[in-house]
Amino acid sequence: MATKRIGIQTLRLENPPSIIGTASIVGPKEGEGPLGSYFDLILDDDTWGQKSFEKAEARMQEEAIKLAITNAKLSIKDIHFLIAGDLLNQIISSSYTARQIGIPYFGLYGACSTMSESLCLGSMLIDGGFADKVVCATSSHFSSAERQFRFPLEYGAQRKYTSQWTVTGAGATVLSSTGNGPYITYLTPGKIQDYGIKDANNMGAAMAPAAFDTIIQHFKDTGYTPDDYDLIITGDLGLIGRRIVVDLLEKEGYSISDKFSDCGIKIFDGVQQDTHAGGSGCACSAVVFNSYIYKEMIKGNINRVLLISTGALHSPISTLQGESIPGIAHAVTIDNLSS
Amino acid sequence: MDNMTHKEYQEYVKKKVPKPPYLKNSIRAFITGGIICLIGQIIRNFLFRFGLGEKEVATGTSIILVFIGSLLTGLGIYDKIGKFGGAGAVIPITGFANSIVATAMEHKREGYIFGVAAKMFTIAGPVLVYGIGGSVVVGLLYIIFFSGR
Amino acid sequence: MDYLIAFLVGGLICVIGQIILDTTSLTPAHIIVTFLIIGIILGAIGAYEPVVKFAEAGATVPILGFGYTLSKGAIEGAKAKGVLGAFAGGLERTAGAIAAVILFGYIMSVISYPRSKK
Repeated sequence: MATKRIGIQTLRLENPPSIIGTASIVGPKEGEGPLGSYFDLILDDDTWGQKSFEKAEARMQEEAIKLAITNAKLSIKDIHFLIAGDLLNQIISSSYTARQIGIPYFGLYGACSTMSESLCLGSMLIDGGFADKVVCATSSHFSSAERQFRFPLEYGAQRKYTSQWTVTGAGATVLSSTGNGPYITYLTPGKIQDYGIKDANNMGAAMAPAAFDTIIQHFKDTGYTPDDYDLIITGDLGLIGRRIVVDLLEKEGYSISDKFSDCGIKIFDGVQQDTHAGGSGCACSAVVFNSYIYKEMIKGNINRVLLISTGALHSPISTLQGESIPGIAHAVTIDNLSS
Repeated sequence: MDNMTHKEYQEYVKKKVPKPPYLKNSIRAFITGGIICLIGQIIRNFLFRFGLGEKEVATGTSIILVFIGSLLTGLGIYDKIGKFGGAGAVIPITGFANSIVATAMEHKREGYIFGVAAKMFTIAGPVLVYGIGGSVVVGLLYIIFFSGR
Repeated sequence: MDYLIAFLVGGLICVIGQIILDTTSLTPAHIIVTFLIIGIILGAIGAYEPVVKFAEAGATVPILGFGYTLSKGAIEGAKAKGVLGAFAGGLERTAGAIAAVILFGYIMSVISYPRSKK
């Protein structure tokens, strides 16, 4: 008997896991952005002394995990599970990281939705009594993603106005069955939404219906309204996706634009840094959540947050074959109060 | 949202997407492409001074432009020219060189056989396929229609 | 004067490409191939020859000129050597540029690394 389900697709955590440590590592461009002062570590060189961008990404994820565990005043052997994912083929960054960390590991592919997906699964493991300490982590790297999904770095092509800039960085969260918060109280895992958008340079529009669907369902299931939240923040919808979601929600009678934001918009100064529609990538919501959101919650400036990481679940092959982009969005409520 | 069809959503998205600055992009493409062709003309006139024939000059000009495009790519400059000039950097033969050199460099870490050499033509390969294939078709059509051989 | 004409004609050809890039979802690779095929066709029917005469590098440096050279080479080959010439002619005329791009591409990949964008 699934006693922790409410409504159609929301889970209420009876013993809300506490976030007891986070870490964020970002590349130089992200460090120069508006959130620069919140990050734990800003790299001067985005290869971080490694021979390839893929290795640099794995190293960022590994160091972020270790740093989060240190920040939680624990050691690796205290952690029961690592739940991680990334954008690269066969999620190599996460698996090579897990090889170094050496604890039981679940690898996820949720594209840019990985942060909230891993928080969902980690919270369920803890509330289900299967673990006391879980690390959720993800990473992305502009240069490794660019070569896999778009063009070589030195290729002289213009970026489309709707395109987004993959965030170079890694974020990790340590969840615990005990702790002083902030707590994860509700989870609304999302359904795939695909409205036939095929343009891989316009992922915001492809993911917007998924974000909309998950947000609406979350409000219906929990009875929360936008007024109950201090911040409602999507993962990487960017300027175009955000505009669509605000518009669609208003049509349904939810006016949220004053507290609605997007990690992809927050992380870069779009005009100064020429990132077009905003940031994207697994690390986008991961570094914003594990730095800015977490630290502002600890300070008490914001007390209840709905984090909706959004993912575009296409591949370079599906794009070439003319398939549309399946979008996904998972929502997580993070609250300074446990009930 | 539930009552919106795929087509309606796609139309709706089109309205939300900002238009690119057509005029600015076109002016930049014009200047960039124009300058590259101007450089080509300088090379061409220079080569004629050595008393070379038309065919030799044309080939020589292409080789020098390809060299310039490759060098600027290797130095990490051509992608910036491309960002500024758009099609103005893509359409000249230097852009063809850029697409090959950038891809070759990108795959260095995967080795010199399956990386560099095999991946070199992932973007520019179609140019060779359609270019060489097309030229043969043109040659054969010429024989069929204009010569009895 | 020939410099100005090369600048203007080459620039205009690129503007056409830019407008296609901005108004459609075609990638630069699509544009190059399309222009190349147009060059081959215009070369084959003799329509590009006057442009080349008029603008010189302004017409030959854009990829249209590459297509024109290919089809011109194939036709000349066909005239001189028949079927064998039709096969080899286009490539013969463009062999220098193709060989150059392969060699320089390889050398650059040996001596240089791709850099992250800022």
